[in-house]
Amino acid sequence: MTPAIQLMQVHKHFGALHALKGVDLSIEQGEFFALLGPNGAGKSTLINLMAGLLRPTSGSLSVMGYDVVSQYQQARHALGVVPQELVFDPFFNVREMLRFQAGYFGRGSENDPWIDEVIECLGLADKAHTNMRRLSGGMKRRALIAQALAHKPPVIVLDEPTAGVDVELRHTLWEFIKRLNKEGHTIILTTHYLEEAEELCSRVALLKQGEVIALDTTKNLLASIPGKNLRLRLSGKFPLSLSEMVRHQDQQEYMLGLNEISQVEYVLSELRNAGVTVEDMQLIEPDLEDVFVDLVTRK
Amino acid sequence: MNLINQRMRGPWTLFKKEILRFWRVSFQTVAAPVMTALLYLLIFSHVLGTKVEVYEGVPYTVFLIPGLIMMSVLQNAFANSSSSLIQSKVMGNIIFVLLTPLTYIEFFLAFLLASIVRGLVVGTVIYLTAICFIDLPIVHPMFIFAFAFFGSGMLGTFGIIAGLWAEKFDQMAAFQNFVIMPLSFLSGVFYSIHSLPPVWQKVSHFNPFFYMIDGFRYGFFGQGDISPWFSLSVVVGFFVALSILTIGMLKAGYKLRG
Repeated sequence: MTPAIQLMQVHKHFGALHALKGVDLSIEQGEFFALLGPNGAGKSTLINLMAGLLRPTSGSLSVMGYDVVSQYQQARHALGVVPQELVFDPFFNVREMLRFQAGYFGRGSENDPWIDEVIECLGLADKAHTNMRRLSGGMKRRALIAQALAHKPPVIVLDEPTAGVDVELRHTLWEFIKRLNKEGHTIILTTHYLEEAEELCSRVALLKQGEVIALDTTKNLLASIPGKNLRLRLSGKFPLSLSEMVRHQDQQEYMLGLNEISQVEYVLSELRNAGVTVEDMQLIEPDLEDVFVDLVTRK
Repeated sequence: MNLINQRMRGPWTLFKKEILRFWRVSFQTVAAPVMTALLYLLIFSHVLGTKVEVYEGVPYTVFLIPGLIMMSVLQNAFANSSSSLIQSKVMGNIIFVLLTPLTYIEFFLAFLLASIVRGLVVGTVIYLTAICFIDLPIVHPMFIFAFAFFGSGMLGTFGIIAGLWAEKFDQMAAFQNFVIMPLSFLSGVFYSIHSLPPVWQKVSHFNPFFYMIDGFRYGFFGQGDISPWFSLSVVVGFFVALSILTIGMLKAGYKLRG
């Protein structure tokens, strides 16, 4: 089957900056895929290249088998992009914007039932006739997502769709996107909320400084972190002997990485020797954030 | 809408959106320029109405109207494409068009035709208002239409170039105030260039706006400073040259795609 997205040796230079350094990536149709990486890793550059907003310095990109440069019309038909910035056209209301957006893709009134469905599923029904300018930030975000879906593209790219969005919308949004994925749409997601990626995405690519440093199923990536995490709430001075095991710290809350479960005993004895009281303790599985921190700091 | 086939629907939608964009704020985009033109007419005709006669048998007030109409047509055609582009660029919503399969030619045609429509609407409203008060002859209606069409087309194209080039509103304002305004005011709207010293007459011949105004006026009175056919060739020539330049810029993605 033709891959939904295929990148071969894609380089992108911005003057002296080498933003993407020969990225190879293939995303299959029907995947729910996460593109992760710290700020400035090249995620948005990659998305802008897929969308034709940028042109690659070298290498090739295709969407559903169509080259984004030489067959840009077919490639763009196949792609719906939710941009990261909260942009809107202040002259029109939500429904008008969606009709225009579908119209640019050659869709007319036969597409109206789909637009109604998108409006309904994203909770925009009572704002459909409201001018874009008058919408709250969260509603503008919904409208932006709706615009990317207006022409019902087989491949949907969501660039930080839940940035600054409340819990209710996140829930509504993910339910709808999960449904679209079940119906066969390929979903590509960038997010800073790693728990979202872990819950939703079957495969993850991790970008760092313009290179893919990890590309695997979420399951394999999670398995790559050995042991477990130990969350502790302590009172007293944390012993220096344990400092190498600390993965995160927030005031008196510590997250320690354990290579094996038997290390719990060692940790507790060190704490006891240091005269530190354990107020709360929890043993948890490593998550994507641990993988992320591990890979980004290691390489 | 059913008359538009699927292939044409994309550019048609962009054209329609551009038309609605100015129509939604027609108080600002149509009524305001009409008001400005009528104020010019009122003031200049009051001051000079009976004292100046540029063409024999044509009172100054009547002489003035075609020039004012054409100046408004040109300025509004320019304003339509340039302001739409700069606003979309600054607000970032240009991305909604850039993500679509619209070709650069379709993009160009939609913006161009919307500018022509705005120019013609403003011109028509000024004309209809003016003839309520003043008798205005029409000798060659085809010249009137041809100059209005190609003139607004040329300025609409010029507006696309300015809109692509400018990155901020003040750059656009500078373009409008230091290029468009001087060219339109020094084009013979308020006078015949025969009334100028010989040097300035020569300089005027390098101003494309002069040909648009003079040719347009010829359509009303059957007389002008130079041959209307020559003027029309100059205007069409400029229109074609600017269109080629604009299409080239759009094809290269100038300041739109990195």
